[in-house]
Amino acid sequence: MAMAAEDIAALIRAALPDAQVTITDLAGDGDHYAAHVVSAAFAGQSRIMQHKAVYAALGGRMGGALHALQLTTAVPNS
Amino acid sequence: MSQTQTRISEIVQGNDVVLFMKGTPLFPQCGFSSKAVAILERLGVEFASVDVLQDMEIRAGIKDFSQWPTIPQLYVKGEFVGGSDIMMEMFEAGELEQLVAEKGVARAG
Repeated sequence: MAMAAEDIAALIRAALPDAQVTITDLAGDGDHYAAHVVSAAFAGQSRIMQHKAVYAALGGRMGGALHALQLTTAVPNS
Repeated sequence: MSQTQTRISEIVQGNDVVLFMKGTPLFPQCGFSSKAVAILERLGVEFASVDVLQDMEIRAGIKDFSQWPTIPQLYVKGEFVGGSDIMMEMFEAGELEQLVAEKGVARAG
């Protein structure tokens, strides 16, 4: 039940259109990813809220089809 | 509130620092849980842990409790802090140390 990196990035961009999404396949097995998401939408949000916004974009796949996604979030440098 | 949510609430309120994880601190069963334990040990705080693999009700219920889809989950003084990624970001920024200091959490002897 793995997911392709492009599919993960596309889901995130669909919810956060300005997002710069960098996906790294950590183990080369299409199942363990790191994602770095930079979006102006995160401004003023706590880390929990930022991560929840990304999880929401993934529509329930987190913890399911997506077993392992290391997530970091940031606001763009102004 | 369901019985499971009540149980989780009691655990969260009853421990200054509690980590819901897969496995135990000595034998973590998942890389993310292992990382969370390592961070808490480096931080040097006493913490309770709950092995969700031993309790399917808590394993499912904790995700509703926090509206957070993954395990591990860290709670400090009754408040949800985050999973292992947020713990790592906060640890590296010195924010986790600040949080436990502000909350008056006991250091491990």
